[in-house]
Amino acid sequence: MIDASAERGIAFRPQPIGLFHSAAIVFWKDLLIEWRTRARLNALIFFAVATLLLFSFALGPDTALLRQNAAGYLWLGILFASVLSLGESFRVETENSSMDGLKLAPVDARAVFLGKAVGNGPMLFALSFVLLPILVALYDVSIAGGLAALVGVLALGCAAITAPGTIYAAIASNARARDVLLPLLLFPLLVPALLASVKASALVLQGDPMHQLGSWLGLLAGFNLIYWGLGFTLFPRVVED
Amino acid sequence: MPTWTSYVLLLAVLGLFGVHLAVPATRAWVWKVLAVLGVGGVVSGSYLALAVAPADHEMGDVYRIMFAHVPEVWMALLALCVNFGASVAFLFRKDLSLDALSEACAEVGLFFGTIGVLLGAIWGRPTWGVWWDWDPRLTTAAIMLVVYSGYLALRKFVDDPEKRATWSAVVGIIAASDLPILWFSVRWWRSLHQRQSGAGKMDPTIWSILMWNTAALMALTIVFAYQRYRIAQATRAREVALPSALPPDSGDVPSEAA
Repeated sequence: MIDASAERGIAFRPQPIGLFHSAAIVFWKDLLIEWRTRARLNALIFFAVATLLLFSFALGPDTALLRQNAAGYLWLGILFASVLSLGESFRVETENSSMDGLKLAPVDARAVFLGKAVGNGPMLFALSFVLLPILVALYDVSIAGGLAALVGVLALGCAAITAPGTIYAAIASNARARDVLLPLLLFPLLVPALLASVKASALVLQGDPMHQLGSWLGLLAGFNLIYWGLGFTLFPRVVED
Repeated sequence: MPTWTSYVLLLAVLGLFGVHLAVPATRAWVWKVLAVLGVGGVVSGSYLALAVAPADHEMGDVYRIMFAHVPEVWMALLALCVNFGASVAFLFRKDLSLDALSEACAEVGLFFGTIGVLLGAIWGRPTWGVWWDWDPRLTTAAIMLVVYSGYLALRKFVDDPEKRATWSAVVGIIAASDLPILWFSVRWWRSLHQRQSGAGKMDPTIWSILMWNTAALMALTIVFAYQRYRIAQATRAREVALPSALPPDSGDVPSEAA
């Protein structure tokens, strides 16, 4: 077929790349940028560690109190760091109008959403793993017992931050006062996810005598389902011209 | 007080609003009638709530704040649902007047929602012993207020009318995901806040006074939203008209009209 059309002078048209393939390319591109500079993850780690340190200074050396609130501090650290990470992931696109280049490539905007969101998720997830030993050292919690459950909670919680975070970061990166706007939009929306993540982590760290963990994980899963769906559907509208 | 009087007021408000929508020539005066009905209804409704309604056998007179609190929150939810509808419609139709409608409804909804939550806190103090509690209904209500404040802040931070409209519509749709949770929270988690009541579950006098207040606040909601919508429309017209409205020789600004 190709030979026949070539004989008639019709140029060979490459097939458009599929949604998940282009999402994977966007993801790989961001990962490569991150690997070559290693600026973002380093900054995130220092920022989050400093946040955890500040919480323990603010409360003083009361170990029982710190241990009790450890889950809350962990998630606040991740949440604050997520704003930096999300803002940075779209700053690389607004510089040199790279987003226009992506759109002209042409990359489906939904693929950009998937690539960015899937890229930000592991970033936060990796950050939370760095924070765990610090949590153990500073707040004297024991994580050995429920490590598998804690990993599940961290994965779901990071995904819950990333989906609405990606779409709001795309909006904020083009607006005035973007550093103010992203937390202003994102934090209130994340309250249910933060609540569920903190409760679930606290149950893992301090024991779950009433078997409540399942319902909090269910809430997190539902939150993820809603906002990944909304983000996937609405993101093309955000980046269109 | 018979229940039908309240339903007559409600129907009158809705009918007038229907006339306002259907016959553009009436838009100059219908809102004034609605404003009179609204203010008169709130004043008379407050009298009915304070003097005519029987005292509750458990809560005594404290429950009377419900006559303002419940319709306020209903109107907030109504306005925010219209905001959601207008946001979805905007993404399909790209009509800036839909954006003006969603801006108007978000502000009116936030206004009524704030008053409703404040009244609820005042009621909670003598009843629950605290101004505030993190029960699911109150938590989702607080989220609603902060989310829509962020929505209005976003509008201030974006200058391009088209972009602002699109992004606000996206944020409005995402923000509306809180509303069903807010509404059903008292059924899903049976916590401190009581469940919704209905006509069959309360004294007919109390129900009719509640409906009277609802009708009056509905009239005010329509008036507020309509006036805010007009302001928003005028702002958009000014934003869009400015470059070509300049005289052709005014400095180095190129004019498309010339």
